[in-house]
Amino acid sequence: MSNSNFTRRGLIRSGAVAGAAGIALPTYLRADAHAGYLNAPQGDTVTLGFNVPQSGPYADEGADELRAYELAVEHLNGGGDGGMLNTFTSKALQGNGILGKKVEYVTGDTQTKSDAARASAKSMIEKDGAVMITGGSSSGVAVAVQALCQEAGVIFMAGLTHSNDTTGKDKRANGFRHFFNSYMSGAALAPVLSNAYGNDRNAYHLTADYNWGYTTEEAVRSSTEALGWNTVNAVKTPLTATDFSAYITPVLQSDADVLVLNHYGGNMVNSLTNAVQFGLRDRMVNGKQFEIIVPLYSRLMAKGAGANVKGIFGSTNWHWSLQDPGSKAFVQSFGTKYGFPPSQAAHTCYVQALLYADACERAGTFNPCGVVEALEGFEFDGMGNGPTLYRAEDHQCFKDVLVVKGKENPTSEFDLLEIVEVTPVDQVTYAPDHPQFAGGSLGTCNPGA
Amino acid sequence: MDAIILQILNGLDKGSAYALIALGLTLIFGTLGVVNFAHGALFMIGAFCAVTLSRILTLSHEVVDETRTDFLGNPLKVDVPYLYDIFGQTTGDAIIDWAVPISILFAIPVMVFIGFAMERGLIKHFYKRPHADQILVTFGLAIVLQEIIKYFYGANPIPTPAPSAFTGSFDFGAMLGFDPGSIIYPYWRIIYFMFAAVIIGAVFAFLQFTTFGMVVRAGMADRETVGLLGINIDKRFTIMFGIAAAVAGLAGVMYTPINSPNYHMGMDFLVLSFVVVVVGGMGSLPGAVLAGFLLGILESFASMAIVLETLPGINQIIIYLVAIIILLTRPRGLMGRKGVMED
Repeated sequence: MSNSNFTRRGLIRSGAVAGAAGIALPTYLRADAHAGYLNAPQGDTVTLGFNVPQSGPYADEGADELRAYELAVEHLNGGGDGGMLNTFTSKALQGNGILGKKVEYVTGDTQTKSDAARASAKSMIEKDGAVMITGGSSSGVAVAVQALCQEAGVIFMAGLTHSNDTTGKDKRANGFRHFFNSYMSGAALAPVLSNAYGNDRNAYHLTADYNWGYTTEEAVRSSTEALGWNTVNAVKTPLTATDFSAYITPVLQSDADVLVLNHYGGNMVNSLTNAVQFGLRDRMVNGKQFEIIVPLYSRLMAKGAGANVKGIFGSTNWHWSLQDPGSKAFVQSFGTKYGFPPSQAAHTCYVQALLYADACERAGTFNPCGVVEALEGFEFDGMGNGPTLYRAEDHQCFKDVLVVKGKENPTSEFDLLEIVEVTPVDQVTYAPDHPQFAGGSLGTCNPGA
Repeated sequence: MDAIILQILNGLDKGSAYALIALGLTLIFGTLGVVNFAHGALFMIGAFCAVTLSRILTLSHEVVDETRTDFLGNPLKVDVPYLYDIFGQTTGDAIIDWAVPISILFAIPVMVFIGFAMERGLIKHFYKRPHADQILVTFGLAIVLQEIIKYFYGANPIPTPAPSAFTGSFDFGAMLGFDPGSIIYPYWRIIYFMFAAVIIGAVFAFLQFTTFGMVVRAGMADRETVGLLGINIDKRFTIMFGIAAAVAGLAGVMYTPINSPNYHMGMDFLVLSFVVVVVGGMGSLPGAVLAGFLLGILESFASMAIVLETLPGINQIIIYLVAIIILLTRPRGLMGRKGVMED
């Protein structure tokens, strides 16, 4: 839990006294304060900074994030059908902006490069007066921007970032992650894999040679080894690799009967395509059918792999086919506005924008320390993932995780994955000091002024 | 032994792509003296010729299926290709299935035209400029071209599969007396290697056995003298630029089933292809082809698990390491000619 001299009870008490007596609150507690924290909104608007990949290999995912943010802004300002505001269990948001201020936004291009992402976030904070930064489609970017926001003194609501480190060794008091993580993928996948493929398997890992790849490999290895699986080999592949044939062929020479592709984006599309081309899916090893696993699925990326995803297990944070009221409301809003269903990246970004706004409303301030206080330990529902907790100790959301499989007979270009199990939150919850999240601390919230 | 054969096969198909791109690069450098950093973009545009033709063949009209619903609960709109209306579903599906091979016919005129337009519209203005200027302008052009492709096709890879007849793998293990299944290799990669061999052979034959080729080779050796003989060598070199663009484009078309094309696939190959050209020897066509296959095979072996366990990360530097060693021992590359880029 972050340290701050700012408590909810204190805030409520101060607010009540202030309201009754008509006296001024300390400036950092006042929504209309122009000092006491960085970029306190002036006038009748508040500016949010949407930092998404608008160029580079994840530009399509970034475009979907931006669509979701624009929809969230529309709903926060009272436009459209309200989307998840109608299903969100917190009723603090009234569709009149945040704390009565109309929501405006600026955008930055992360380019999926840490330095570019930091530069665009810095620009939005310093030049545009953004009071919160959100978005992104990479753990490297998330960790870098989160650290920047901590130093600057604004809130960072992470977009798509799956590495354990974002809320593990690199967690920060000003940073919050709604998206699930590598540990949760491993924990959710293991029982499904056990049921589908048994407990006597030899797994071969191909792992993207960067932070996210390492934590995903570690998570899936530990979960599957706990089942009784043996890890035959784990090979790092360069992030820049495009042809994985040289990494696939040694799998043919090994005893492995399962290939785990700890790859995302273009890496995943290419490695999966290559693995299927080399006939791995038709292969029998030691009397067992060879299987491929993709721990983190993205529908947008899976599209690039075409029919190769059929029947392959993976996990995802959210899927548009969920039938809970929150998901249906979001899909309806997004689909009506844009003509196609939202991706998991769009979902997490939309939810993060609403959660931030709601926290400001409940805290009665844009002060980052007030927002941190409001989000820590916050329990909510109606946002598409069932009952969810923003855990105070590491600022990680805990909620159900979806195990999905590439659909055998898709009915449309969006219908690529089918949900095979909704893993209950208890099964993916871990202790804050779990070894996979060791090191680092939240520190104290920084209001920036 | 079977592992070694597999890695050689791997290296051959990867080397095929390097060799085809490097061949085009060398043709342009050898004829026009231009270091063309946009050549990777031509490879990428070739791949997108396959994507484009695939989209043309699947141009559809919508038919509402009242029995099914879309993600919003409305009656599902099903896309029916016009080809179904013209040829019936069976023939239509067969044509769509063969989109990549058919794209070769589509890509040749498109790539030759793009090559001409590039050479006449931009590159000819940089013939007498330093190589650094040529590199800058062609690199800029490559970025512009890939951004144009991204604007129209998005950033995500687009699956462009091989005809279903070629989607399986060939079992070399059973054929060579090893355990069945120990050496299997995808049909399409074998086809890619054979296709590359045919293209390379055709280019060499064109240069070696035609009058046009003879003049071009003479021009590559001594442009001024050929010009003094009253031959319009510039026109022939422009045609060679178009041919080089077509070679890169065809390499891209046939590569699409191996890896789903995306807008930056050209950049992924460009730097390595330049290393191939330098290692082979600037201006040497056989050198480019030889170095392409050599470095492809080396890269493949360096990616073996047993090699990576001994020398972690060697797969990422092996090509550059070999390039350094070759250039230290043979400064003109494997088959470089004296005087090229030495003034």
